[in-house]
Amino acid sequence: MLIKLTGGKVYDPANGVDGVVRDVYVENGRIVSPSPGAKIDREYGLHGSVVMAGGIDPHSHIGGGKVTIGRMLMPEDHLGNEVARTALTRSGCGHAVPSTMTTGYRYAEMGYTAAFEPAMLPANARQAHMEMADVSIIDKGAFVMLGSDDFFLRQLAAKSDFSAVKDYIAWTMHAAQAIAVKVVNPGGISAFKFNQRKLDLDEKHVHYGVTPRDIILNLARGLKELGVVHPIHIHGCNLGVPGGVETTLETIRGSSGLPIHLTHIQFHSYDTEGDMKFSSGAARVAEAINSHKNVSIDIGQVMFGQTCTASGDSMRQFVNTRSADPKKWVVMDIECDAGCGVVPFKYRDKSFVNALQWAIGLELFLMVNDPWRIFLTTDHPNGGPFTCYPHLIRLLMDKTFRKQVMGTINQDALKYSALATLDREYSLYEIAIMTRAGPAKSLGLKDRGHLGVGACADITVYADNPDREAMFEKPELVFKNGELIVRDGKIVKVVNGATHVARPSYDKGIEKSLKQYFDDFHTVRMENFRLSDDEIINYGQGEIIVQPTGARTA
Amino acid sequence: MGVMTESTGTSATDSGHYDNVACPFCGILCDDLAISRTAGGLKVTKNGCDKAKAGFERAVASTGPQIAGKPATLSEAVAAAAKLVKSAELPIFGGLGTDVEGMRAVMSIADNAGGVVDHALSEGQYRNFRVLQSGGWVMTTLTEARNRADLFVIVGSDIHQLHPRFFERIVCNERSMFSDNPPKRTVVFLGEGLDQSAAKSTRIGDVITIPAKGERIGEIMVALRAMAKGGAISGDTIGGMPRAQIEDLLARCQKASYGVMVWAPPSLSFPNADLTVQATSEFIKDINQTSRFAGLSLGGNEGAVSAGAVCAWQSGYPLRVSFASGKPHYDTERFAMASLLANKQSDLLVWVASYTPGLSPPDCDVPMVVLGTPGLALSRTPAVYIPVGTPGVDHAGLIVRCDNVVSLPLRNLGRSTLPRAADVLAQIEAAL
Ligand code: SF4
Ligand SMILES: [Zn+2]
Repeated sequence: MLIKLTGGKVYDPANGVDGVVRDVYVENGRIVSPSPGAKIDREYGLHGSVVMAGGIDPHSHIGGGKVTIGRMLMPEDHLGNEVARTALTRSGCGHAVPSTMTTGYRYAEMGYTAAFEPAMLPANARQAHMEMADVSIIDKGAFVMLGSDDFFLRQLAAKSDFSAVKDYIAWTMHAAQAIAVKVVNPGGISAFKFNQRKLDLDEKHVHYGVTPRDIILNLARGLKELGVVHPIHIHGCNLGVPGGVETTLETIRGSSGLPIHLTHIQFHSYDTEGDMKFSSGAARVAEAINSHKNVSIDIGQVMFGQTCTASGDSMRQFVNTRSADPKKWVVMDIECDAGCGVVPFKYRDKSFVNALQWAIGLELFLMVNDPWRIFLTTDHPNGGPFTCYPHLIRLLMDKTFRKQVMGTINQDALKYSALATLDREYSLYEIAIMTRAGPAKSLGLKDRGHLGVGACADITVYADNPDREAMFEKPELVFKNGELIVRDGKIVKVVNGATHVARPSYDKGIEKSLKQYFDDFHTVRMENFRLSDDEIINYGQGEIIVQPTGARTA
Repeated sequence: MGVMTESTGTSATDSGHYDNVACPFCGILCDDLAISRTAGGLKVTKNGCDKAKAGFERAVASTGPQIAGKPATLSEAVAAAAKLVKSAELPIFGGLGTDVEGMRAVMSIADNAGGVVDHALSEGQYRNFRVLQSGGWVMTTLTEARNRADLFVIVGSDIHQLHPRFFERIVCNERSMFSDNPPKRTVVFLGEGLDQSAAKSTRIGDVITIPAKGERIGEIMVALRAMAKGGAISGDTIGGMPRAQIEDLLARCQKASYGVMVWAPPSLSFPNADLTVQATSEFIKDINQTSRFAGLSLGGNEGAVSAGAVCAWQSGYPLRVSFASGKPHYDTERFAMASLLANKQSDLLVWVASYTPGLSPPDCDVPMVVLGTPGLALSRTPAVYIPVGTPGVDHAGLIVRCDNVVSLPLRNLGRSTLPRAADVLAQIEAAL
C-alpha cells in the first residue's frame, strides 16, 4: 500500500531539511520515492502541519528490576493515575513509574516511537527484556552496565591483555542483548559493597586497586576499538554532590579524545559557591562540552513534582535515602555484578536546591551550542517522568514562558545560576535534532530518526501550534513502520515494537574462562546467563534488529 | 504467543540428556542440574535435591480435560471455561503456579474479564510487600551472598526444608571471588526448631543457636536496633532469650564485613509477621550507616515471584488487584483470595497450578475452573478441569528467582505433550 502525506512542513535534520513543505511517501513500512504516476492508496492532507521522524528517547528507565521495584514501592504513585482498558489497549496505571503497557502507550501518544533503557544489569537482563517486551508499540533497546562487575574489575586488576577485555565487553553485549554499554559510578557500586562510601575519579578501589578513571578509559577505548557506535555511556562519579562539577570537568579533560557520552549531566554540574555551598557549574560544563567535540551529553532535567528515582548507583542512592519522600527506599547489592537504589523524591519549586537543579538543567540546554551532541531527557523517572517532555520543550522554545515559570520558583536559587541571562530559544529544527536525529545517530540506528528514502516509516505529525507544549503533547498522527497508530493523541492501533541490539565481534575463546568463572562463583550457569534470540522473539512477540557496528580494530 | 521449541527433541519417546537445567521447584532456581530422559521418564543425574527429584521424576498420567468430572475434548473444556468466566460477576484468577508467559496470559484474561489476581502463596509474599511499601530495605542476592557474606543470620525460617540446596550453594561453598583462602563464616540460627543439618562445611566456623519463638524475633530485632543506637534495654532476657546472647549477636553483626539476614516469608507463619520483617529491615538499614549488611529473602516457590513481578510491571501492583472496574484496583485486604472467598464476593475460581500436585485450591463453594498438573489434589470436582504442562519439564518458559533480580530460562524436557497454561488461558480468553 502506497501512502502519501501531502503538504506537511518537514523537519528532517539528518537530511538537512529545515521546515520545507514537501510530500512524504510510505510503502511497506519504509519511506519511498515512488515512480511517477504510481497509484496512491491512501492520502493524508497535512496542510502545513509539522512532520518529523518518530521521537527517540535515548535514556529512559522503562524496564528492569529497579523500575519494577519502583512500581511496587509506590502504590500511591498509581492511585488516581489508573488507565482504563479499551477495546484496543490494556489497563494500567502510574505517573512517575507507569506500568509497562501504559508506558508504551504514553510514548506513542506523545509521538515517540523508540525508547532505550540505559541501565540493564547483566544479571537482570532477562527481566529487563521481559519488561520491555511488555512496553507496547514502541521500539526499544538497552545499554548493559559494566564497570562494577567482578569479572571486568579483576581483568583490569590483573592487567589482562586488552583484547580479552574487549572480548568480555562484546560477549556481555551479546549475552545481555544490548545496543550499548553504560558505566554507573565507575567501580563505585562495587566499592560500596566493600564499605567505601565514595570513590573519586582517581581514588583506588580497596579490593581491585583500580580507579574510576581506569575503568572509564578502558571501556571508552574498548568500545571504540570494537566498533560500537554509541560511545561509553557514563554516569560519572559523585552524582548529585555539590562540587561534583570538578569530577565532570576532569572526566571530560581526561577522555584523551576518546568518544564519551555523559548522561544526566545536570546531576553532575553542581558547584559549591554561596551560603548554601551549592551553585550552578553549568557554564563551566557547557564550555568544556563546546570545546570537546568527542563528548555528547543528555541532561536529566529535573521537573517539579513527585517522582521516584531508580538508579544503578547504590553508593550515591544510599546517601540520597536521607531525602526520600515519602520515607521509604530500596538499596540492593546485586550478584557481584551491580546494584541499585530506588528512592522516591519530590522536587519542589520553592526549594532552593530543587529550583537550582531545574535551572542548571535549563542552563546546560541553553549554553551547549551543538544540538547534535545534546539529548533531551529527564532521565525518566529520576528527574521526572518522560510525560513532562512537552512542557520541557516549551521551556526551551519559548523564553517568555520560561521567564514566567522562573518567576514562580525559589528566587534565591536563580542568584546562583545564569539562567536569567539566557535568551536562547530552540527552533523546531533543533528540537528535531535533540529528540530524534541526534539520538539515532549517536546510537547507530541507521534507518531511524530521519525521513530519507529507505528510512523506517516512524513518523510524527504535529499541528504547528505556537503553544509548543500543547503541540508536542498531542500529535495529530503517528505512524509506526508505516502504520497509523495514533490519531489526535489517541491510540488507534497497537503494534509490537522491535528490540535494537549491536553485536561487535569477539573471540569465542573467552567463553572458556567465563564458563569456569561462572561455575566456580556464580549461582547461574554461563549458558543460562546468556539470553537467546528466541526468548525475545517468541516470548516478546518481537523482532530483533541488529544495528551495524564498525570493524573491530585489534 | 509463540511457542518455544527445544532443539534437543520434544517427543516423549525420544531419549535425551540435558545439562545446566534450571529447576522450578523452589524459589532459588538452581540451574546446574543434569537430567536424562528415557522411555521410563526423566531422571535427575546430577545436583538435584529430593524436591527436584520429586518434581522432575514424577510421571504424569495422560489424563484429558474434564467437564464436571466427565471426559471432554480440550476445545469443549475451553468453551465451558470461557462460558463460566464470561458469566461470572467477579472471577478470581488464583493459584498462579505458572511461569512468566502463563502469568502474562493470566493478566490478559483477568483484565479482559474483570477479575481479581492473587497467588496461592501471597500471604507469605505480603509479609514482605507490606514492608517494601511502608519502609523499604537493603537487600542482596544469591551470588552476592555466596561470595561476600561472612555472617549469615537465619531469621525464624526453616530454610533447609523450603530450599534444600540453599546451604550447599550459598553458605557452604568453598570458593569465593574475593579470596583464594576465604575466611570462615558464622551462621546464626535465630529461631526455634530450625533444621541446622546443612550448615556443615569447612567454610563454616561458629554455628550459633538462639532458639527464640518466631513471634518474639521482632522484639529481638527492635532491641538490637535500640542497643546499636546506645539505648538501654532492661531485663535479663530479650525476646525470651538470655540477654548476653542477644548482645553477642549484636556484636557479631557490627563486626561483620558483610552480614546477611536470611528469611523465607512463608516460614514466618505467625500473626503480624510483616512487623518482624520490618524490624529486621530497619535494623539492617541502621547498620549500613557504618558497615555493610543486607537482607536476603527466599521463598517464592510455585512461581510466586514471577506472578508478583509480572503483575507489578503490567498493573503497577504486586497481586491482589481487581480489574472489575476496567482499571487496576488495588486492595491488599479486600482482594486477597481468602477474604474474597470468605466474604462470598467471588462467584468463580480459576485455579492455575502447574508445578506440584500439592498446590490445591482452597476449600470453597464457588465453581472452579482448574488448570492443573495431572495428579493435582482436589477435594471436590471442578466444573472444568484442564491438565496443563509444568514449565521447565513439559514445555519451555521463563521464571523469576526469589531475589527478584535473576530470571532463568526453563527447558522443555519432553516429559509430556501437555499444553502450556499460557496457551489454554489464551484460548479461553479468545472464546470470551
Ligand atoms: S533447592 Fe530448590 S531449586 Fe534447587 S534443586 Fe532443590 S528444589 Fe530445585
Ligand atoms: Zn538514568
